[in-house]
Amino acid sequence: MASKLTRSNRSGWLMAFPGVALMTLFIIVPFFLAFAFSLTNQRLASPNAAEYVGFENYSDLLGLAVFTLEPERDEDGAVLRDDDGEIDYPRLRNFTRNNPEYPGLQGKREWFSWQSGDNRTVVLASDVVFMKALVNTITFVFFVAPIQAGLALCLALLINQRLRGINVFRTVYFMPVVVSIVVVSLLWKFIYSPGDGLLNNVLGWLSFGAFNGIDWLGRTDTALPSIMAMSIWQGVGFHMVIWLAGLQNISPTLYEAGNIEGASKWQAFRYITWPGLRNTAVLILIVITMQAFALYAQIAVMTKGGPLDSTQVLVFQAVERGYGKQDISGGSAISVILFVLVLAISLVQRYLTREK
Amino acid sequence: MATVTSDNRGLRLWTRYAVLILVAVIFVFPLLFMVMSSFKPSTQLLLDSKSLRAFLPVGDLSLQNYTDAFIRAPIGVFVFNSVLVTGVTVVLCLFVCSLAAFAFVFIDWSGKAVIFSVLLATLIIPYETIFIPLLLMASQLPWIGADGFELGWLNTYRVQIVPFIADALSIFLFVQFFKDLPKELIEACRVEGASWWTIYRKVVMPLSGPVIATAAILKFLFMYNQFLWPLMVVQEESIRPVMVGLGYFTDQLNVPWGEVMAYLTIITVPVLAFYLALQRVFIASVASTGVK
Repeated sequence: MASKLTRSNRSGWLMAFPGVALMTLFIIVPFFLAFAFSLTNQRLASPNAAEYVGFENYSDLLGLAVFTLEPERDEDGAVLRDDDGEIDYPRLRNFTRNNPEYPGLQGKREWFSWQSGDNRTVVLASDVVFMKALVNTITFVFFVAPIQAGLALCLALLINQRLRGINVFRTVYFMPVVVSIVVVSLLWKFIYSPGDGLLNNVLGWLSFGAFNGIDWLGRTDTALPSIMAMSIWQGVGFHMVIWLAGLQNISPTLYEAGNIEGASKWQAFRYITWPGLRNTAVLILIVITMQAFALYAQIAVMTKGGPLDSTQVLVFQAVERGYGKQDISGGSAISVILFVLVLAISLVQRYLTREK
Repeated sequence: MATVTSDNRGLRLWTRYAVLILVAVIFVFPLLFMVMSSFKPSTQLLLDSKSLRAFLPVGDLSLQNYTDAFIRAPIGVFVFNSVLVTGVTVVLCLFVCSLAAFAFVFIDWSGKAVIFSVLLATLIIPYETIFIPLLLMASQLPWIGADGFELGWLNTYRVQIVPFIADALSIFLFVQFFKDLPKELIEACRVEGASWWTIYRKVVMPLSGPVIATAAILKFLFMYNQFLWPLMVVQEESIRPVMVGLGYFTDQLNVPWGEVMAYLTIITVPVLAFYLALQRVFIASVASTGVK
């Protein structure tokens, strides 16, 4: 058509160049470097050139072994027990430290174990802290993504009513989004204080004193859920607004038609609203998943991974290695694992929410 | 009968507002607590958190926390650094990304389809997954500045700015907006012999107010709230941004909560005020990231 008018290789390249060059240098190159570094022993500042080490970094992180400990027995074959009646097992150390008969266990540590009969089955990991970080991160995403997306949709439906002053509420719900997660984390660290903390007091009033204070961030079973709740509180307004845009894109004539057909409110939601939001749902789930996997500031400010590694997460581990220990290769390997997880889960979500 | 229905309606309206207000309280109370506490001495602050007084401006109110906070840390320097880094990045981002988007939408050039899809694919890469290799790069990148040639970007302003100028989302937002501009307008300008640069400057950009606001706000929030990257690449106090400066208050044996609240208020309230003044634009910006 007007191809001559709009064709210009020189101008096109010139104008796109700054953006393309910057993104190549600062996003695409480091992305591939992460893969490359993860196969070497690269350090942040080292006089020695990095060497190729194959998948050593990955096996150091992901190495697992299952091992069954049999109880110590006396000459008659009876199980030996200690003074408390607990079964006596040989020390795990005897197998994991320089035992040539068990090369697969070398250097590994106990991650968790369970009892089956007289035997104790132990799962050993090369890097127990990393394994905990991996499990915590996936747990975080697994809970936060659907809950935050769901709550955001509820808020969007709440805000999508025709009421006087509704914009004020929309403005308020969105407010935490513009506040830095660092600030939010520190505020909530105070709110979650043990004993006379603000949250404990509020729950105390609401239950007329029946509630006993909890050390929210100091207990292994409440620390991660507390951080989840706070993260959802901070981020939910963002996705509320995206749902709202999706809701307002649905043609009102559909609802009118539904009304004429006598559809109930639930039916209207089920057959008009929800199908109309399909693309929005995919986008929101992918965006929340990406954000949730990247969880870092909350941990750094509130718990530093504790107590007992119950809030260790992948980015925190990557930073601890790559920056803290200057081990660029180990940090890069964690980054690659993180990216593969993000990609895999995004693809799965896209597949599950596809048009049928 | 009629009165019953109107009573019902009144009740239902009342419930709706009650729900809305309850939810609003959940979102507001930490921020309200922050601002109120910043005016209270630390001892009273801890005592007040046992009752509703935590959210009320009562008791011994003063600006003491603010004066103490300014003595403890060079807050002016931190704020200046954050404003400088954020401001420069936003301006450069708007220029570079709109220029690239202009080339992608209006000009035909070989390779653009491939390059555009590669750039778009980077949307799936979280910054957190590239910071570690980027850290090594930043420690070794060359630079030619006022002092001549030097190696290494650590502990500079540029390491906080340059990597974040161009990003896929900003380019994508401009592309979406430019696509809806009338192509005939651009072609007419070409017929009249206007250069691409003139069309970009005189025709397209003056029409792009909404998308400029959107991209600027999203970049502003991202840059001002950055934490992990400056934590890794900036050790010098003189170029430290506000979020990293928080360590002056929290890395203490006895955290001075009054001062912490004052500092949090100083770095948060201007952004909140900015948001409240432009809330429509902020919300429209976020909404537009959902358009596919």
